[in-house]
Amino acid sequence: MLQRFLTGASSYSHSVDHLIFLVAAIVGFWLLAAEGALFWLMFKFRHREGRGPQYITGEEKHLTRWISIPHSLVILCDIVIIVYAVTVWVNIKQTLPPAGQTVRIYGQQWTWSFQQPGPDGVLDTADDIRTVGELHVRAGTTYHFELVSRDTVHSFSVPAFRLKQDALPGRVITGWFLPTRPGTYDIQCTQMCGLGHALMAARVVVETPQEHAAWLQRASNPSLAAQTVPPATAVAPAIATVAEVRP
Amino acid sequence: MSTQLHAAEPGIFRKYLWSTDHKIISMQYLFTGMVMGLVGGYLAYVFRMQLAFPNRDVPGFGLVTPGKYNALVTMHGTIMIFWVAMPVLVAAFGNFLIPLMIGCDDMAFPRINRLSYQIFFFSTVVLLSSFLVKGGAFGGSWTAYPPLSAKGAYNLTPAGASLWLIAVVLEFVAFLLGGVNFVVTAMNGRAPGMKMYDLPMVVWLIVLASIMFMASVGPLVAGAVMLLFDQTLATGFYDPARGGDPLLWQHLFWFFGHPEVYVVLLPAIGIVADVLAVFARKKLFGYRTILYTAWATAVLSFVVWAHHQFIAGIDPRMANIFSITTLIISIPIAEMVFVYIATLYGGSIRFTTPMLWALAFIAEFLIGGVTGIFLGASGADIYLHDTYFVIAHFHYTFVPIAVIGTFAGLTFWYPKMFGRMMNETLGKIHFWGTIVGFNVVFIPLFITGAAGDQRRVYNYALFPEQARPELQHLRTLSTIGLLVMLASQLPFLFNFIWSLRHGERAEANPWRSNTLEWTVASPPPHGNFAEMPTVYRGPYEYGTPGRSEDYWPQNVPDEVLQRP
Amino acid sequence: MSKSIANTRSATGIPSARLITWWVIASEIVIFGGLLASYSMHRLGHPEWQSSAAHTNTWAGAFNTLVLLTSSLSAVLAHKAADGGNGAQAAKYLRLTILGGAIFLAVKAFEWTTEIREGFTLPAGGFWSFYYTLTGLHGLHVLAGMLIMLVIAADAAKNEELQRVECVGLYWHFVDIVWIFLFPLLYIAR
Repeated sequence: MLQRFLTGASSYSHSVDHLIFLVAAIVGFWLLAAEGALFWLMFKFRHREGRGPQYITGEEKHLTRWISIPHSLVILCDIVIIVYAVTVWVNIKQTLPPAGQTVRIYGQQWTWSFQQPGPDGVLDTADDIRTVGELHVRAGTTYHFELVSRDTVHSFSVPAFRLKQDALPGRVITGWFLPTRPGTYDIQCTQMCGLGHALMAARVVVETPQEHAAWLQRASNPSLAAQTVPPATAVAPAIATVAEVRP
Repeated sequence: MSTQLHAAEPGIFRKYLWSTDHKIISMQYLFTGMVMGLVGGYLAYVFRMQLAFPNRDVPGFGLVTPGKYNALVTMHGTIMIFWVAMPVLVAAFGNFLIPLMIGCDDMAFPRINRLSYQIFFFSTVVLLSSFLVKGGAFGGSWTAYPPLSAKGAYNLTPAGASLWLIAVVLEFVAFLLGGVNFVVTAMNGRAPGMKMYDLPMVVWLIVLASIMFMASVGPLVAGAVMLLFDQTLATGFYDPARGGDPLLWQHLFWFFGHPEVYVVLLPAIGIVADVLAVFARKKLFGYRTILYTAWATAVLSFVVWAHHQFIAGIDPRMANIFSITTLIISIPIAEMVFVYIATLYGGSIRFTTPMLWALAFIAEFLIGGVTGIFLGASGADIYLHDTYFVIAHFHYTFVPIAVIGTFAGLTFWYPKMFGRMMNETLGKIHFWGTIVGFNVVFIPLFITGAAGDQRRVYNYALFPEQARPELQHLRTLSTIGLLVMLASQLPFLFNFIWSLRHGERAEANPWRSNTLEWTVASPPPHGNFAEMPTVYRGPYEYGTPGRSEDYWPQNVPDEVLQRP
Repeated sequence: MSKSIANTRSATGIPSARLITWWVIASEIVIFGGLLASYSMHRLGHPEWQSSAAHTNTWAGAFNTLVLLTSSLSAVLAHKAADGGNGAQAAKYLRLTILGGAIFLAVKAFEWTTEIREGFTLPAGGFWSFYYTLTGLHGLHVLAGMLIMLVIAADAAKNEELQRVECVGLYWHFVDIVWIFLFPLLYIAR
């Protein structure tokens, strides 16, 4: 259903979408039933001349079952939703399938930057590729990410993957994704992080193996490898004064 | 003991500004809350105009820069919850109704009552002053997560941040003082014959809300002191570089924050119960059921808080527990709503303005309630967290609470408060404009949120998936809905003010209601009851067989019922 | 000013003054509880704080515990006197309690001054941040209690509002009990 709004580009995006659809179907039913009952009763028992109210204490069994039965059904529906929700959650947040690659993601005021292994395939070696605002990944490979914040709480969000994870300073938070569909997708920051919160846009480029190999070769070119990750926050006041000035 | 001797008529100062009379204090809270509602509404107007027409000057404000945008949304949320919903629903209605509905002359501690308003008023001044300081009002969102909120270098609104925090703590103190008064008065001040199960639902629920507030706000007061020290005294409670933990704030905040939403829900839902009973001419379908579900909701609300933090970096296993408790809490609330709907069965419903608001509460709150399920289901929240879906969900709970519930109460008790009837035609125009406008604001936002629109973003230009024209049309539609909703408040303001002098004079009991406040003049005199009443039955004896009238006030002695 | 009828009624049988005191204490318990819980969680996660905690003056803390307990005793005696209608004696015992509070605060001031001189200030480290916040908040409550007690003692001496003696005594016991938690957690715990 959500594909109408937004493509799903990861291995688990469909499961999230199905969960949302399941919830929509169940709560949609209850919403219509309750609103229907409400409007029907409003209409049926509107004041008519000569007809007074009935005296109903709420203990009448034939009436209370209209509440107790829906009550039990609601509980059943909740159980169904819980089971599905926990299943989806455990798969995305509590499991860590074996990694094809590990990428480190830095959030700071106000950029996303990335550190990926170079041709040697190992993170934190001299040939690592560091990029700002753009993450290149290969479709079909399972990625582990190590999420780090340099200053405030940020939140790494890729709607197309149905992935979101807050980044906290002082911690490294690990998660995973498996991109499936080549294309370029938005990365957002989804935790208020100050003046430039809306400027923390980045892109994740999901490439076919061939495209990705070509990128890897270009990116590990020595003249490009000298790119460093920008420093944290000293830049913030400078941006503030610029942004507050009217164009 | 049944009459009070009065000295010479007090001057304006003693009567209106230094009064200990609960009715005056309720008006002070009401008017402060309503004025702050206008401020909060204006802030929403400004930022929604920015969202509909990005980077254009907003009429009546100017250009919305990113920093200003952050301050606008932060202060909108803060004001609406703490300076509108709380003072109007809890303090104003609580103060006005509790002594009258339980049949006594004032609160148990009138001077503490006065003090609570004075502290609240001071907190309002502190909050509003934050707009005027260097850097402007706090821009770290109403949730104020550190390190952003703790360091001026990060939030760029250091003075505003501290003033915000101080204002919030003062507000908490004011409501703690007010709350203990409400609880003690309801426990001890009841008229002879009034058992706890004879209390009108609105009194019960305001008392329960006060208890919940007292039980939940403490840790956040502690947390706020720590944040204030981090901001001003270089401590590191929330600074990981100094051995602190940003997550601690989040837990302390939401441990309070979640019960808080029920603190404001309960009075509104209490008002709705009382209005429904009067205008359907029916007993509440299950008085005790409503009470027990309210108690269950109150208790459960203390164990759901981390559903705001599913992806915050907490242990992922904890998320499952909180997802379960969050879905469980939907059960008592659903039952309560079913009981309210069932109250209409067999009724003789009159669609007065208050009744329209009460019915609209149910219709709209249902949407808020069911959309919460999406967010409580942890797997779905991974996607929906911090999107406009969340905003739409909580406005479908908060607007019924703070707007619809308030108007139900105000249009219902206006005659008692001010001695005049409000104009029904204006009331209906106000109602329809507000309701239609409200839905037009937020239904598009469910869609844009599901499409990925993230919160607290002044401009989606840098996000191609969000910068699509079809989404921008929805944002513009939402803003138009807000303009309709805001414009619809004008007939209400006019009605409110005009009716004070020119409305038809109200008799004691224009709605033919059972509860005790309707047995005294409109408005009630100082001291409320010339003769303290005795109570003989519960508040919802409508349509009792064998009576010539379809209502049976609580203070009317039992009589032998004629068998037909 | 005459009291409201609501104030003099008691549908529960418990006097309103006592009832409101218990509710106030209940909300204060949650405030201190929140702060203490935060401290305890941090302390468990930071075993190295023990070396900071070693610099607290355990003898001063112990002495202060004794002072507060004794002042609670005089508060109880004040209540007893008030119950018996003896306002003058109640006032006397209340003033002794106030004196106990003053001694407590004086010792506290001495402790703080020494610690600050040694460089253990509020921002000096996680332990000290909690130490000053906890003892400071507690100290503020001691001071507030003393001031309220002064007013109540003045009334009691005139045999007025004697029911308030019990209430302020309850509050004082609460302040005492908070200290009973603080002392081991801050001064003794390893």
